[in-house]
Amino acid sequence: MPVATRVRWAVIAATSVALVATGCSSSSSSSSGTNANGVVQAWWGDPQNPLEPVNTNEVNGGAVLNMIFTGLVSYDPKTSKASNANADSITSTDQQNWTVKLKPGWKFSDGTTVTASSYVDAWNYGALVTNKQVNASFFQYVQGYNDVAPPTGAPTAQTMSGLKVVDDNTFTVALSQKFSTWPQTLGYSAYYPVPKSFFTDHAAYLNKPVGNGPYLIQSWTRSQKMQLRPNTAYSGTNKPKNGGIDLKVYTDTNAAYADLQSGNLDLDNGIPNSALKTIQTDLNGRYINEPAGIIQTISFPLYQVDWNTDNAKLVRQGISMAIDRATITKVVFTSTRTPATDWTSPVLGDAGGYKAGLCGSVCNFDAAKAKQLIQQGGGIPGGQLTISYNADGPHKEWVDAVCNSINNAMGDTKSCVGRPVGTFADFRNQVTTKQMTGAFRTGWQMDYPLIQDFLQPVYTTGASSNDSHYSNAQFDALVSKANADADVTQSVTDFQTAEKMLATDLPAIPLWYQNGTAGWSSKVSNVMLDPFSVPVYSEITVK
Amino acid sequence: MGRFVARRLLQMIPVFLGTTALIFFMVHVLPGDPVAAMWGDKAADPAQLAAKRHQLGLDQPLLQQYVTYMGHLLTGDFGTTMGQRKVIDVISAAMPVTVRLTLMAFGVEVVFGVLIGLFAGLRRGKAFDKGTLVITLLLISIPVPVLGFLFQTVFADQLKLVTPTVQDSMNFGQLLLPAVVLGSLSLAYVARLTRTSIVENVRADYMRTAVAKGLPRRRVIGTHLLRNSMIPVITFLGTDLGALMGGAIVTESIFNVKGVGNAMYHAINQSDGATVSGFVAVLVLVFLAASLIVDLLYAVLDPRIRYA
Repeated sequence: MPVATRVRWAVIAATSVALVATGCSSSSSSSSGTNANGVVQAWWGDPQNPLEPVNTNEVNGGAVLNMIFTGLVSYDPKTSKASNANADSITSTDQQNWTVKLKPGWKFSDGTTVTASSYVDAWNYGALVTNKQVNASFFQYVQGYNDVAPPTGAPTAQTMSGLKVVDDNTFTVALSQKFSTWPQTLGYSAYYPVPKSFFTDHAAYLNKPVGNGPYLIQSWTRSQKMQLRPNTAYSGTNKPKNGGIDLKVYTDTNAAYADLQSGNLDLDNGIPNSALKTIQTDLNGRYINEPAGIIQTISFPLYQVDWNTDNAKLVRQGISMAIDRATITKVVFTSTRTPATDWTSPVLGDAGGYKAGLCGSVCNFDAAKAKQLIQQGGGIPGGQLTISYNADGPHKEWVDAVCNSINNAMGDTKSCVGRPVGTFADFRNQVTTKQMTGAFRTGWQMDYPLIQDFLQPVYTTGASSNDSHYSNAQFDALVSKANADADVTQSVTDFQTAEKMLATDLPAIPLWYQNGTAGWSSKVSNVMLDPFSVPVYSEITVK
Repeated sequence: MGRFVARRLLQMIPVFLGTTALIFFMVHVLPGDPVAAMWGDKAADPAQLAAKRHQLGLDQPLLQQYVTYMGHLLTGDFGTTMGQRKVIDVISAAMPVTVRLTLMAFGVEVVFGVLIGLFAGLRRGKAFDKGTLVITLLLISIPVPVLGFLFQTVFADQLKLVTPTVQDSMNFGQLLLPAVVLGSLSLAYVARLTRTSIVENVRADYMRTAVAKGLPRRRVIGTHLLRNSMIPVITFLGTDLGALMGGAIVTESIFNVKGVGNAMYHAINQSDGATVSGFVAVLVLVFLAASLIVDLLYAVLDPRIRYA
């Protein structure tokens, strides 16, 4: 049934999105027929939370925040490289105490000026636990975070001690640890500034959020439509090349695709799976399909004794080698996944830390070697591998395919079996309360295009998303060293050295990178997806 | 009559309390933690998790949550959604759309269903009757999604008469296509019910009397035959009205209509207890009102039925 195809967490849910494309001036299509006032009709879904910068952790809210805000830095949609946007400079001598200087004179769309306080107040508001912002933990590296958001009990401070306003255009940030790539994280939506009206009339602000970005919200009918128009007060380099964006809410991706084909929708980045096979011909090639900053993995419960042995490492390596990633991505996903050969994502680029083949032979399909390794390791713990997944997401097909692949390699139809868990909520509950006895699906969508973000939150000891409860002191030490490196290249190299340990220990098997897809009508052109697989709305031109 | 209505209204109170309680508890026993799910695949900060849970009142014992909820409900406060919107805003945005869609679908099924049933019944065994039998059987057996996509393909993609989806959910013209799809199944039922009832009543004594009295044919059919044949049809229509108001998740999805079905689908997906319960509370009232009206109509249609 088509209705069931769109499920809430279809794209890993807690997605974080941030980007305002910068300086991408080269790509303006200089064709004579473009209409600078043309409005783009674009696909959208209802945002989950109120549109506050720190309270938005999913794609739909993120897409809007991207358009109406510009942060301190922004990411190049092609190379993912971070460069200063609203910041004039972000400097530090010790990789821990940072001084942020703003470009003076930037304005919010309500006419008020963006000052250092706009940032500091916004960050303090976001971190304070009583404000209940879902992304508050993004400030965990700032000194004083534990006072405003203690794990239990009431906050002992209203503001973080690490944030200090120096003058209108300067503020300082003291971190609780060395973090050399910290400035590059600041393009994320949690770090956007807010105007005074955010605090003085919060309810009105939520009805019509105001930002400092290339667009402003002209009207918003909840659950139906949002109209965004160019913000004339915008001071950045990323001025819209169209006359505005109308975001139309769709419940069913098939309905959106029908509208796209009939010209009632110009941009559709919620392509239904059923359309993928014919989309190239349906749209005459007006289709983009490229890796996004999302990696899918299979994790193991290293907190279970029989999974935490040296022999179990061999078994995990064998399981990884038994998976025919190339065939599964092609057949099951119609090439909307790219087989993974490391634990990051191609969107980082080589300079950013992506390294094809880092995983080595462990991520290559080799049925004979796989069987040999599993037998050498004493067989699968418990005699049968279960792969748990949430049944309300689109996972059954690929889990079955992976199990098939493993069963074929082992020559035993009972080696591997999928284990559906009814809802996503229940599934995550079982994962976080350490109830897993076999393998389970995991995914990671980056918050910002940094190798740090793919490793530290997921694989360091006790990290928030370390679902396999992997713990390796050497790995932790290398991550700390990488964070303290003043030189970015050296930092990336150290992260990669740490990442190589994952290839031996295999707390999680890399499966594939998820691609971003979008189709568009003949009315628009110059459609790009940023590293977060969100369309670069401001660059779209209308005929 | 007055006492009957009063009694029925009083009966509504336990029914209302019972159904809302049932839904409230059912949503809350769904497995998993809807608050933790707001963070998706990422682990939530425990402090934030606790704060959010407290904000939504989910840290209270279930019974206390229900009492608090009902207390607020009786003062007209429907609470807030997981996404911090007022539930009443969500309901009042979705209801007008669904009311429009329902009225149109209902209109289609009543007008065409009764007319087709009447003519088929009067021409029993003739070609029209047999044709009706085949077509209604077809409509009943085609699943709604198939019919929806069929209509979408034919009228939007092929004939280009309409847009494939509804561009403005408040526009009557654009809602016509989904309304026809939505009403078609009930239309078939109404036609068959009417037809059977007509066939039965056309031989009744009072019909012979009416004809013997020399009444004009229009009056015989309009006042005597149709009125008496409507009772089973009205029973069906009453419950159907409630069902239509409850939203048509499938039809609304196919045509991207922003009605009750759509809103409920989102709320159930998020285990959003306050929103689901709020909608159900309103829908229970709609159902109860519809069934009361049906009961009262019985008395209007059939003089033999009297309520004391």
